[in-house]
Amino acid sequence: MTTSVTSPERKLHPHKFMLWIAIGSIVMMFAGLTSAYLVKKSQTNWLEFDLPVVFWYSTVAIVASSVTMWLAQKSFKAREMQRYRILITATAILGLLFMALQIVGFYDLEAKSIRLLGATSNPAASFLFVITALHILHVLGGVVAIMVIFIRAFVGKTKLYSSRPIELVSIYWHFVDILWIYLFIFYHWVN
Amino acid sequence: MANEAVLHAHSGVETHHDHDHGHEHHHHETFITKYIFSQDHKMIAKQFLITGMVWAVIGGLMSVLFRFQLGYPDATYPWLEDILGKWAKGGRISAEAYYALVTTHGTVLVFFVLTAGLSGTFANFLIPLQVGARDMASPFMNMLSYWFFFTASIVMLSSIFVETGPFSGGWTAYPPLSALGDASPGSKIGMDLWLVSMALFVVSSLLGGLNYIATILNMRTKGMSMTRMPLTIWALFFTAVLGVLSFPVLFSGFILLIFDRHFGTSFYLSDIFLASTNTALPNEGGSAILYQHLFWFLGHPEVYIILLPAMGMVSEILSVNSRKPIFGYIAMVGSLFAIAILAFLVWAHHMFVTGLNPFLGSIFVLLTLLIAVPSAIKVFNWLTTIWRGNIRFTPGMLFAIGFVSLFISGGLTGIWLGNSALDIHLHDTYFVIAHFHIVMGVASMFGMFAGVYHWYPKMYGRYLNNTLGYIHFWVTLAGAYLIFWPMHYEGLAGMPRRYYDYSIWESFKQFGELNKFISTVAMIVFAAQILFLINFFYSIWKGRKVKEQNPYNASTLEWTTPINPGHGNWPGEIPEVHRWAYDYGKDGREFISQTEPVGADESKH
Repeated sequence: MTTSVTSPERKLHPHKFMLWIAIGSIVMMFAGLTSAYLVKKSQTNWLEFDLPVVFWYSTVAIVASSVTMWLAQKSFKAREMQRYRILITATAILGLLFMALQIVGFYDLEAKSIRLLGATSNPAASFLFVITALHILHVLGGVVAIMVIFIRAFVGKTKLYSSRPIELVSIYWHFVDILWIYLFIFYHWVN
Repeated sequence: MANEAVLHAHSGVETHHDHDHGHEHHHHETFITKYIFSQDHKMIAKQFLITGMVWAVIGGLMSVLFRFQLGYPDATYPWLEDILGKWAKGGRISAEAYYALVTTHGTVLVFFVLTAGLSGTFANFLIPLQVGARDMASPFMNMLSYWFFFTASIVMLSSIFVETGPFSGGWTAYPPLSALGDASPGSKIGMDLWLVSMALFVVSSLLGGLNYIATILNMRTKGMSMTRMPLTIWALFFTAVLGVLSFPVLFSGFILLIFDRHFGTSFYLSDIFLASTNTALPNEGGSAILYQHLFWFLGHPEVYIILLPAMGMVSEILSVNSRKPIFGYIAMVGSLFAIAILAFLVWAHHMFVTGLNPFLGSIFVLLTLLIAVPSAIKVFNWLTTIWRGNIRFTPGMLFAIGFVSLFISGGLTGIWLGNSALDIHLHDTYFVIAHFHIVMGVASMFGMFAGVYHWYPKMYGRYLNNTLGYIHFWVTLAGAYLIFWPMHYEGLAGMPRRYYDYSIWESFKQFGELNKFISTVAMIVFAAQILFLINFFYSIWKGRKVKEQNPYNASTLEWTTPINPGHGNWPGEIPEVHRWAYDYGKDGREFISQTEPVGADESKH
C-alpha cells in the first residue's frame, strides 16, 4: 500500500452516522415482518378485509407533521425561536394525533368484528395490528425525542445553539413518516 | 479532531501532553466509574470477556452434566441429586433436566459466549486501539451495550432457578414448544425469561454493533485508509454489519412469538391437540415454518458473527508470529465481504427437510456451496502466510494454527451438509452436531483463546504463563478432535441428536462405548479449561510484567500506546499512519511500524 492516501473527510458526525445505521436496522425489522406477512398470506386461511378509513386521516397527519418538522428545523437554523417553538410543538401534537388515529383504526376493525388478538383472530388482522403497533411505538419514540430536545433547548442555565440534536430528531422523524407510508402502500398493494 | 471532540463531550477525559510512558493520571475516577460503569472501551472489553468466561464455565459445565447422561445412561450419581435436587431424582438426570441443559448450553454458548464474549470483547478492545481512536463513537452507548448484556445474563441465569425449570425446547426455540406454556414444563415461565433475556441481548448487540461500525468508518486516525486497516478490523466491521442487519429480524420473530404465547394470536400455531391438557386448541392458520424462516435469517448470519472475529484475529496473529506479511490482503477482505453477503442468502439450508420446495432448495444448495470459495481462499492465504515463515510458536500462535486446522476439518463436512439430498439422511443427526461444533464452536473458541493469549499483555500489562498455555492448547486440540470426530460416525449411522437415552435403541446400542469415551474426553477437556482460568486470573495480578512497549515487534497501532494505556489510549497526539499493517520482513528489516513514513528508496510490496 504505497500509494498515498489522504485522511478520510469527516463530513458526517458519528452520531448522525449511527442514526443512519440504526435506521437500517429498524428497516430490517420491518422488512422481516412484512416478508413474514407475504409468506403467510400465500398460505391457507388468510382473511381479506378492508383497511379502516381512518388510516387515510392518520397518513395525512403524519405527512403534515413531517412538513412542520422541516419548517421547525429551518426556523431553528434561522434563530427564529418563537416560530420554532410553535412548529416543534405542532409536530409533536400531530405525532400524538397520528398515534391516536391509528388506535381508532384498531377499534374500527374490532367494531367490524375483525379480531386483532385472541383465539378467534386471523393472522391477517394480527399481522396488521402487530406491525402497525410496532410502528406506533417508533413514532412514540420520536415524540419523546422531540420533547427531550424541546426541553433541553429552553430549560436550564445554558442555552444550546447547536442544531445537531434537531437534525438527528428530524432525520428520525422523516424516517418513521416514510416507514408508515411504506406500510400503508404495502397493506393496500398486497390486498 | 472529531475523534477527540466526541470523547471529550462524553467522558471529559483529560489528555496529557507529557510523553512519559505509563504515567498517565486520570482524575475524578472512582472505583465505580473505573471498574463498573466504565466508559473506557478497554474496561468494557474486559467486562465482556470476564462475563463471557463465567458463561463459558456455566455452559461448559452443563455439557459435562448432559454428557454424564449420554455416556453413562445406566449409572446413578447420588451427588447429582444433591446438586440438582428434583432434576436428578435418584442420581440420574431427568429427561426434562436433560433437555433444559441442552437448550441452555446451546443458547448460552452461541449468544453469550461466542457472540458477546468474543466479538464484544475484541471489537471493544481492538477497534479503537487498531484504528487509532481515543474511544468508541459513543462510549456511553458502549457502556449501555455491556449493561444490557449483563441484564440479559441475569435474566437467563434466573430462568435456571424457577420451579418449572429453564426453557427446554432447543436453542432455536421453535414453536409450538416455545409458544405453548402447556407444551412442556420448560415452556412456561422459563420460556418467558428466555425471551426477555434474548430481547435484551438483541438490544445489547445492536447498541454495540452501531458503535463498532460508526467507529471504524468515522474515527480512524490520519492516514488510516480502509485498505490500511488490519484484517481484525475488517472482520469486526463485517461482523457488526451482519449483526445490525440480522438481529432485528430475529427480534421480529420473537415479537410474533410473544403474541402467540400471550395474546392468543395464530402466527405460528395451527390445528394443535395438546396431550398434556387433553384439549384441542382453537388456533388456526398459523405456520411454524414461518418462525424458522425468521429465526434462520438471523441464525445463519449468526454463525458468521461468531466466526468472522476469530478469522480476523487469526489472520493478524499468524502474520505477526510468522514475521511475514499476510498473504493476499485484498483477497482476505474480499472473501470476508463475500462471506458476509452469502450469509444472508443461505438460511434455508437449515430447512431442507421442512417440506421446502425442492427447486428452491437447489438454489440454496448452490448458494451454500458457494461459501466454500471464499472459505478456501482464506484457508489458502493463512497457509501461505505461515509458509516458510520464521514462526514463533507462542500459545496465541498455536491456537491460531489450531483454528485453521479446525476450520478445515469442520468446513469440509459443511460441503456434505449443504447438499439437500445428503441432508435428508444427515439432518438432525450427530453429524450435524460434529460439523457445527468443530467449525463454529471449537474453531471460534480457538480464535478467542488465540486473541486472549496474544493481546493479554496489552490488556493487563502482564504475560500469561506459557507452559500452562501449551498444556491448555494441546489438551484442548486433541480433546476437541477426540470428542467430535467420532460423532461423525454416529451421525452417518443415523444417530439422531437430542435423544435422552440411546441405550434403549437397538440401532444405537453399538455406540455405547463410543459415547462413554466422548463423555470422558469432554470431562478432561473441561478440566483443561480450568487450567486456563487459573492462568488468566493469576496472571492479572501475579503474571510476568510486560517491560517493552512492543513485545511482539508488531506493526499495528495498539503497540504504540503505553504499556498500560489510560482512557484515551495515547498520552499525546494520536499517531499518524503511513503504511499498511503488514510490513514484516521488508527491505531486510524485521518489521516496520504503521506509524513510520514510507522511505524514499523503499520497495513496493
